[in-house]
Amino acid sequence: MQLIPCPWCGPREEAEFSYGGQAHVPYPDSPAELSDEEWAHYVFFRANPKGRFAERWNHGAGCRRWFNAIRDTATYRFERVYRLDDPKPGVTELARSREEGTAP
Amino acid sequence: MTSPFRTPEGGRIDRATTVEFTFDGETLTGHPGDTLASALLASGRHRVATSVRLGRPRGVAAAWAEDPGGLVQIEEPFPEPMLLATTVELHDGLAAHGLPGQGRLADVPDSARYDAVHHHVDVLVVGAGPAGLAAALTAARAGARVALVDEQSEAGGSLLSGTERLDDAPALQWVAAAVAELAGHPDVLHLQRTTAFGSYDDGFVLALERRTDHLGAAAPKHVSRQRVWRIRARSIVVATGAHERPVVFADNDRPGTMLAGAARTFLHRYGVLPGREAVVFTTNDSAYDAALDLSRAGVRVQAVVDARPEGSPRRGECEHAGLRVLSGAVVTGTRGTERVTHALVAPFADGQVGASTAIGCDLLLVSGGWNPAVHLFSQARGRLRYDEVLGAFLPGEELDGLAVAGSAAGVFDLAGCLADGQRVARAALSALAVPPAADDRLPAAPAPVVPAAPVVLWRVPDTSGAEGTTSFVDLQRDATVADIVRAVGAGLRSLEHVKRYTTIGTAHDQGKTSGVLTSGIVAELLGVPVQDTGTTTFRPPYTPVAFAALAGRDRGRLFDPERVTALHEWHVAAGAVFEDVGQWKRPRYYPQPGEDMAAAVLRECAAARTGVGILDGSTLGKIDVQGPDAAVLLDRLYTNLMSSLKVGSVRYGVMCGVDGMVIDDGTVLRLAEDRFLVLTTTGGAATVLDWMEEWVQTEWPDLRVHCTSVTEQWVTFPVVGPRSRDVVGSLFPDVDVSTEAFPFMTWRDTALEGVPVRLARISFSGELAYEVYVNPWYAVAVWERLLEAGRPHGITPYGTETMHVLRAEKGYPIIGQDTDGTVTPHDLGMAWAVSKKKPDFIGKRSFTRPANADPLRKQLVGLLPVDRQTVLPEGSQIVEFRADGELPPPPVPMLGHVTSSYRSAELARPFALALVKGGRERIGDTVHVPVGGTLVPVEVTGAVLVDPEGARRDG
Repeated sequence: MQLIPCPWCGPREEAEFSYGGQAHVPYPDSPAELSDEEWAHYVFFRANPKGRFAERWNHGAGCRRWFNAIRDTATYRFERVYRLDDPKPGVTELARSREEGTAP
Repeated sequence: MTSPFRTPEGGRIDRATTVEFTFDGETLTGHPGDTLASALLASGRHRVATSVRLGRPRGVAAAWAEDPGGLVQIEEPFPEPMLLATTVELHDGLAAHGLPGQGRLADVPDSARYDAVHHHVDVLVVGAGPAGLAAALTAARAGARVALVDEQSEAGGSLLSGTERLDDAPALQWVAAAVAELAGHPDVLHLQRTTAFGSYDDGFVLALERRTDHLGAAAPKHVSRQRVWRIRARSIVVATGAHERPVVFADNDRPGTMLAGAARTFLHRYGVLPGREAVVFTTNDSAYDAALDLSRAGVRVQAVVDARPEGSPRRGECEHAGLRVLSGAVVTGTRGTERVTHALVAPFADGQVGASTAIGCDLLLVSGGWNPAVHLFSQARGRLRYDEVLGAFLPGEELDGLAVAGSAAGVFDLAGCLADGQRVARAALSALAVPPAADDRLPAAPAPVVPAAPVVLWRVPDTSGAEGTTSFVDLQRDATVADIVRAVGAGLRSLEHVKRYTTIGTAHDQGKTSGVLTSGIVAELLGVPVQDTGTTTFRPPYTPVAFAALAGRDRGRLFDPERVTALHEWHVAAGAVFEDVGQWKRPRYYPQPGEDMAAAVLRECAAARTGVGILDGSTLGKIDVQGPDAAVLLDRLYTNLMSSLKVGSVRYGVMCGVDGMVIDDGTVLRLAEDRFLVLTTTGGAATVLDWMEEWVQTEWPDLRVHCTSVTEQWVTFPVVGPRSRDVVGSLFPDVDVSTEAFPFMTWRDTALEGVPVRLARISFSGELAYEVYVNPWYAVAVWERLLEAGRPHGITPYGTETMHVLRAEKGYPIIGQDTDGTVTPHDLGMAWAVSKKKPDFIGKRSFTRPANADPLRKQLVGLLPVDRQTVLPEGSQIVEFRADGELPPPPVPMLGHVTSSYRSAELARPFALALVKGGRERIGDTVHVPVGGTLVPVEVTGAVLVDPEGARRDG
């Protein structure tokens, strides 16, 4: 069973978490002004990459908090977890955190 | 009752004690320390079982879990199928018999206990052989928290099977000292009889400890029989040793055919001679130890048959001991029926087999080299590398947090294994920033004799005329070289496909002896390197694990939590029949003597519609939403407006997903300007709270609002029916219960002898009703006072079945029963609950998608069977006839399905709710529902069948 590093609680078993899909898909400011297609993209369309993916996770059986993570969908490795109000880490930042050993 | 094959001395058995056991009905004896297999061999019995497909005699062919032959069924002390005679420890009273590849589960409940323990360590060492013990000592001496697990009954690994020496003394003396030293470290957990059967992510290993199996009837009842250890290790050292590999030849399955190393184990560990006259067939030097040891112990070794043309430098040693060595020769087959009587030996050069000679023997030892036990490494997704010299797969990469040591990593000499264990443990410590201890001494091992290179030989060409049909690769599946040839001939190239076509490696032993052989033979047939063929995937468990052990304590009542309301004991005493609603136990109905469910429900319904009924509705989900922005949050989540709700009032609301589909419904009580009590469905309580949290945390963190579950802080008793006002009014005289003072959809706080009580005019039945809320501590008292106050009016407790009939008669849907995630509020006929004023709420934008305007969307309607008799089964499909009165040709179009169906006391007939395509346009039509073999005509009606005007809600 994998360990997932909750930004508030530290590493905990994956069974304590639930998956929340792609991160950084904000609720549109004015849904009424969107075309059907634009709205459908918000409701139904999500990326499904092989490799690095920014995702939402919820520590439901722990602190019950939501957070974001950069996870490699091919290896399941969590490269980085960050709070919802943190910006999406850039590629150079991820590389630096790996070099510094601060990646989980 | 003699053991003619027992040596006069030696072995790790307690010769002073004799135990009796029965096998195939025959009473035999052995000693503590024996396995069932060693005791059978001591009695001269090789044949244990019959093969699964061909019915051929099979015997013990190895000494531990890799044995493909000796499958047994245990009958006493408790029936257990499909165990290996080689891994069953002998005890007094054991009763077993051989199995033809399939066993029998016990038909009585297993009364033994099973449990699980979580354990966290710095270093987990799997295997207590030389490499594992060295690794554990190094880690323990450095002060690390260590777990050492080993599947055997005692530590020592391969040292238990030989005569090696360390520090100029028998090696087992060092083993005993090492075990004692580990026991002196407070942070070391050392478990024997414990098999690490699976390695998973992030240092997680599952291990099964067999705690009492070896004690038989003497097992203490308070000790769990087996325990699953859930070990989380920062670093893992896999020192699991190696399995000897056979060579495939014709009739290689006859009892008496055995791996050479296993014979050495039976001799040294159990004091058993596996035969009197042996032929040893080998491709490498390791079998020479078996030949020489057995010879010294009195076995007549008729020949050492070495497939290598130049033989071994150890030939002289053998000849000095009087053993004949035939180099450049192979065993091509065997003779015998129940037991091997002859080995057929032939010269072998450049892949060509010469003429065979029969050599008489009752034991044929085989060694085709050694396969490192890389299972745990491979399960952890470690890549394997094929070693051309060893003819085996080795760990082919470094993994974070998991390293392989000793013969599991291809190191086969004792000094090398000790050093490798220490090296790997030090590397693990270094990664954990733990310095090794100053004194980390290893025992002195004799300088290793460098062995001559082995030859890799998977199979001996079949000269018997059987064309490989008796050359067994997987004995447990009766799968042969001929089967592999057929698979490859059928065009299969991938080893995974060959495995599934031939079933090789799918049996009890999961291919411990057959897996690498298959890789080699397939590669040979395809003419590709073995590295390209690879292995099939190693999956947990390494050895079979009983479901009972995996279940542990989580069975029966502890399988899933049971939630009961504060009134549960009262319901039980009242004779309620319960139903499960999620984890809740809810009274379904309260049968009186002679009543079945239908009769009880009709009586309960009639009481609620004509007098007064009372329900335990405590399981209703309750969420306390507090904060200055509480109303803003609810406005965004509900389809209707909640901010306009007055303090003291109640509003029904519907919640949708962003796709506009209904996810829950319920009523909302405004307790204060900044506080609401949100009621959800029983099943939706957790989901709705999670839904609120998700939006508050991820989208609207600026909202000053907090949500918490108070489901268990309040019990809820709806008092329902035209007489409910009298009951509630008499019990709470401080409350003016008139419609004017206490109108529908309002709530009032009061008290009963100082206990705060909340009353709400909410109705889930259409009748005049008051919901009574109180702290669960006072649940029984208030419930009984309500019953007392209701007695003059014939108050009738009712269960969930009646609740469902009452709500369905009113067309109130149950979200999740009458809806399925594709239903909008409009489909339910609840456009009135969708705000047109609010600029936005979750789901609003989706309502204007073209699909939601489709007139053929499924809509909630009522159905009345025309025969006034049939209760339509829920889930039934709905069809319609063509204009000519015939069914359309198959596939008959389905219009929808029945979602709720009951008998109605009020209507004096059965009725149903259904989702029907364009349903509201069909009101008045007759459609058909297939029930059993007939088509039942039903009339489509509006969803509200009782009191459509809503005249009853104020009594």
